[in-house]
Amino acid sequence: MPERTVAVASRSGLHARPAKLFVQEAMRLGVPVKIRVGDRKQVPANSMLGVLSLGAVQGTVVTLSGEDEAALDALVALLATDLDADTEQGEARDE
Amino acid sequence: MSEPPPAEPPGSLLGIGVSPGHTAGPVARMAAPPELPARRPVVDPPAEVKAVGAALEAVAAELERRAGAAASAEAVAILEAQAMMAADPMLREEAERLASEGLDAAHALDAAFAAHREQLVALGGYFGERAADLDDLRNRAVAAVLGLPMPGIPSPGHPFVLVAADLSPADTVTLGPEVLAIVTEQGGPTSHTAILARARGVPAIVACPGAAALADGDPVAVDGDTGRVDTGIREAFAQEIRVRHGLERARLAASRGPGRTADGHPVPLLLNVGSAADLRDGAGEGVGLFRTEFLFLDRRTPPSLDEQVAAYAAVFERSPKVVVRTLDAGTDKPLPFLGLPPEPNPALGLRGLRVDRVRPAVLDTQLAAIAQAAGDCEVWVMAPMVATWQEARDFAERARAHGLTRVGAMVEIPAAALLADLLLEYVDFLSVGTNDLGQYTFAADRMHPGLADLLDPGQPALLRLVADCARAGRDAGKPVGVCGEAAGDPRLAPVLAGLGVTSLSMSAASVPAVRESLAGVTFEECRVLAEQALSAGFRERHDRRWKPRPSGANAVEA
Repeated sequence: MPERTVAVASRSGLHARPAKLFVQEAMRLGVPVKIRVGDRKQVPANSMLGVLSLGAVQGTVVTLSGEDEAALDALVALLATDLDADTEQGEARDE
Repeated sequence: MSEPPPAEPPGSLLGIGVSPGHTAGPVARMAAPPELPARRPVVDPPAEVKAVGAALEAVAAELERRAGAAASAEAVAILEAQAMMAADPMLREEAERLASEGLDAAHALDAAFAAHREQLVALGGYFGERAADLDDLRNRAVAAVLGLPMPGIPSPGHPFVLVAADLSPADTVTLGPEVLAIVTEQGGPTSHTAILARARGVPAIVACPGAAALADGDPVAVDGDTGRVDTGIREAFAQEIRVRHGLERARLAASRGPGRTADGHPVPLLLNVGSAADLRDGAGEGVGLFRTEFLFLDRRTPPSLDEQVAAYAAVFERSPKVVVRTLDAGTDKPLPFLGLPPEPNPALGLRGLRVDRVRPAVLDTQLAAIAQAAGDCEVWVMAPMVATWQEARDFAERARAHGLTRVGAMVEIPAAALLADLLLEYVDFLSVGTNDLGQYTFAADRMHPGLADLLDPGQPALLRLVADCARAGRDAGKPVGVCGEAAGDPRLAPVLAGLGVTSLSMSAASVPAVRESLAGVTFEECRVLAEQALSAGFRERHDRRWKPRPSGANAVEA
């Protein structure tokens, strides 16, 4: 099965906003993709609790696997982006 | 401050008014978490599997609905993330498997949530903090499957007076515009509920044990000025109060201008902010407390110099004057990157400036970033939790070495208030944080539900410490401000001004009422009020709820 390996770029790791955006994208793509850290148990990319359970922080190398290579590439691109970078803008919209 | 009600209501309850305003509406109670019943023998496992799925779907749908109606981006983000967890495929699979193996639906859900909770707790740090979200979801799912009302903030579909035992920070962030007023059985003047209600301008009463007797739909009037809840009121009466409240809010919202007494003695009204987002409506006379913690939350590594410069500059650009507080974290507010081991008594441990004893680089980077970001803004910088003149001197030297010229100390520890004159030999100003100063003066935990009376900033012992600081400031010719919740209390503002406090810093929502309160008295009257407050306590003279009550009494008046 095709695989991609990428280091998590977001400052807060795969947690909070980055985790939510990642899982939302996996849900939107709608094809089975699994994610794991090293040789540990893999979890579905569309599971928020599964993704949180990876405990991935900034710099953690994760492996994605799935049949749909375009979906893998889309998710890799997301993980390679610092999803916290535009948080300030998000805060400015608060309330 | 409100006019007397037109007719005598049938009954009333007393608590502590923590956010001013007088309004009325039907009660909606926050439902308590459901109790898990004893395990039930299962005859039809597929039916239990179906019930599990239906409960999780109902929870996710309810959270999505609330996210769609939420007032702030922060609330939307929290609710959406919770909805995603409720709809989680792994969670559902696990719960359905347990149900298919013979557990009843409620216990299958409970066990599936528990397994995931354990995983997150084992990861620790900010992953572990999500355990509280799972607890909330578990309570909702179990309630759904048992046919009980979902716990959490009610959503009756019309404006309501929220009544709860107490509110957690997670509850408060999702409060919508339908909440007319808040009444809690527990909590004190510095609790989350009080701070949030003031920030939103929602009338609130805490420490009102009698509220336990209120039921959904009961019509009540809530007076956040006096701490009084009138029960059994008629709808016409409620409507009249609501209309008056709306007019009053509109009138206050239209008020402008600097803070001053009736005879023109200036008392600048400054803002407490957490980031540039809090300045969207302008900075008025300036920022009196810029909390810098937001940059450091959820971090494994400290923010870089450049990142800090950008974040501080975003605030400095929007205000003519900003008083920045350096990082106020520690074992009381743990930050992952500090790597501090837990302490048995965090409030009395390594917090505020004391973190500098073990992580000195953090403060130096921050001071450098503040200096670089200053631009045209008049930037003052102060350290939290100063206890000795040596700490004040060392902090001042460090800050000045970075080119900062206006350096101050927070007064939150009685030791610092007692040495105010000595501190002012080394620093340029003092800022009194009345929340912590109250907690340490009275040996009363800020969040303790049963000690609200001790934490009231109108207590004479606390006011005497404030007076000492103000006197030292006058003698030294240096400013002494107040930036705790006391500063945003319209009834206390004239007292603080009369004590000689030179500025008041508060959340933006508190400014209009404080401005009006000061404008209604001369400086001489402020001095008289201050004198009385120092001897007898402010509340006892001005507010009957501060008469000693028999312990545990509900203070119900017929």
